[in-house]
Amino acid sequence: MNPKSKRFSDQIRLDLKIIADLIQPDSRILDLGCGEGELLAKLMAEKNCRGQGIEIKDENICACVEKGVPVIHADLDNGLNEYPDRSFDYVILSRTLQVVKRPDFILKEMLRVGSIGVVSFPNFGALSVRSQLFFKGRMPVTRNLPYQWFGTPNIHLLTIKDFKLFCKQADIRIRRQINLGSERRQGIWPDLIPNCFAHLAIFKIERNRHDHE
Amino acid sequence: MNHSDKKNKIQSKKMTSSKNNRSAPVNQKSQSRSKGAGLVKTQYYTFADPPGELILNNGEKLGPITLAYETYGRLNKNKSNALLILHALSGDAHVAGYHTKTDQKPGWWDFMIGPGKPFDTEKYFIICSNVIGGCKGSTGPSSVNPKTGKTYNLDFPVITIGDMVHAQRHLIDHLGIRRLLAVAGGSMGGQQALQWAVAYPDRVAGILPIATTARLNVQGVAFDVVGRQAIYGDPKWQNGNYLDNYTIPSDGLAVARMLAHITYLSEESMRKKFGRELQTRHEEADFITDFEVGSYLRYQGESFIRRFDANSYLYITKAIDYFDLAEEYGSLVNAFKQVEAKFLVLSFTSDWLFNTAQSKEIVNALNVSQKNVSFCEIRSSYGHDAFLLPNPVMERLVAGFINNLRN
Repeated sequence: MNPKSKRFSDQIRLDLKIIADLIQPDSRILDLGCGEGELLAKLMAEKNCRGQGIEIKDENICACVEKGVPVIHADLDNGLNEYPDRSFDYVILSRTLQVVKRPDFILKEMLRVGSIGVVSFPNFGALSVRSQLFFKGRMPVTRNLPYQWFGTPNIHLLTIKDFKLFCKQADIRIRRQINLGSERRQGIWPDLIPNCFAHLAIFKIERNRHDHE
Repeated sequence: MNHSDKKNKIQSKKMTSSKNNRSAPVNQKSQSRSKGAGLVKTQYYTFADPPGELILNNGEKLGPITLAYETYGRLNKNKSNALLILHALSGDAHVAGYHTKTDQKPGWWDFMIGPGKPFDTEKYFIICSNVIGGCKGSTGPSSVNPKTGKTYNLDFPVITIGDMVHAQRHLIDHLGIRRLLAVAGGSMGGQQALQWAVAYPDRVAGILPIATTARLNVQGVAFDVVGRQAIYGDPKWQNGNYLDNYTIPSDGLAVARMLAHITYLSEESMRKKFGRELQTRHEEADFITDFEVGSYLRYQGESFIRRFDANSYLYITKAIDYFDLAEEYGSLVNAFKQVEAKFLVLSFTSDWLFNTAQSKEIVNALNVSQKNVSFCEIRSSYGHDAFLLPNPVMERLVAGFINNLRN
């Protein structure tokens, strides 16, 4: 690996590093809202994965193409109907669930076109978030949720509890849950009481397989 | 602003520019040109001499065939840096640079080709050839049939996009290039790029179909049908034998071009360019010179008849309309099954002729067969013509895509 790409992969967001660790080598990956394609570039270079990104912003699409990451210009709110069932091993939705119009629909689509879904989102149940609303009586602005209420792309904020309850109701199996504290201090609290202390949660999910089917 | 005001403005602009030229003669010009592809010469390659004629899609034979082509940059030692650029309906081999020092206009994609440009002549060897059936130096209906010593006219066989690409492959063989780094083209050039991917999967690494389609929608076909009718309905067309009588179906060809030109623009770009502005208001029965858009289109039509052959227009638009990869291979997914190349598919928001839906059809079929494909719908208000105009997003995408093919 050349020094430039080493530096690049060091700078990659912590949650993307953790997501990359969840992926088996030689997999087919679909990254929904892939941004500038950092995660896919890493997976393609280090794990010999075949990547495909979906992105809506043209400057991000340019950045992907410049990295050699295949990317399709599309709006996730229109679904993934151009992709056949089970055409990917993993479908990744990183910090994007809260910005789509129909999170339930996109989760269903993820698990239709992919065998395994990996979802990360900022936890609206974190104490730092709750306290801003509780004590200040104002919409929270944090490192993970950096926008004012009027300009935020985050239209479907959720807590870890909300997500787990949703999975139960939608017959989605959670294979793994990773709770991330603040960037500097991980500590034991995020794993003890995730819904209060995790700033960001990562879930590995799949459709429940019913033996009687 | 009335017409005469505008004229004055244009004239004063011309005057200042000529003043500038006088104060900084030649130097300024040559400097701006040195940044481009520079001076180029059209070359010619003749092949398929009888009895080794090219077998066309419809089974007929055509030969000998001459292709007019131009090249830019240098072919490297292992001949791995060649890009083939494919032109649209009315284009030609002159894709960039100038033929002479006094040329007013550079080639048709000059902003894309040159040192430091997306198709970088310092890194790549760039080839562009005029299609067969054309009238810009390659064999077409206005060429002389060596068997009869007369102009082909309608004896010229019906050609397809596949035949155009087949002929290009002979040129690439002739240049000693085994595998092209990429083929790129807009509109009909994009159709040829798709054909390259499907017909010669092992001979090209990257495909750039821009503002194009794997099968033109019926609305597009309809415009071509009317354009062709304007030509063959012109009495001067004379069953295609007009050249024998030293005339051309100028009225029909001009109308065909005017109609087609409307389809290359968007409502927005027309509104910005002309509005509903009248040149002069005629209360009397003068139907010719009212609207500015009319005089613009007439100018387009008139300049077209000087540079394009009517029979070529008939043959080439027919090839565009008949191109249908889905029909040829059962489905588009099937057509792309053998494809090995990486794809960068581009469309433009305001292009309603080769619209985004048609590009998405290509992208979806490639997705289904799990090919390496990138796609962007680029924002532009210039309609179908957008691919011929500078656009930072298009330039960045093309440069980035080709750069990754090298690695």
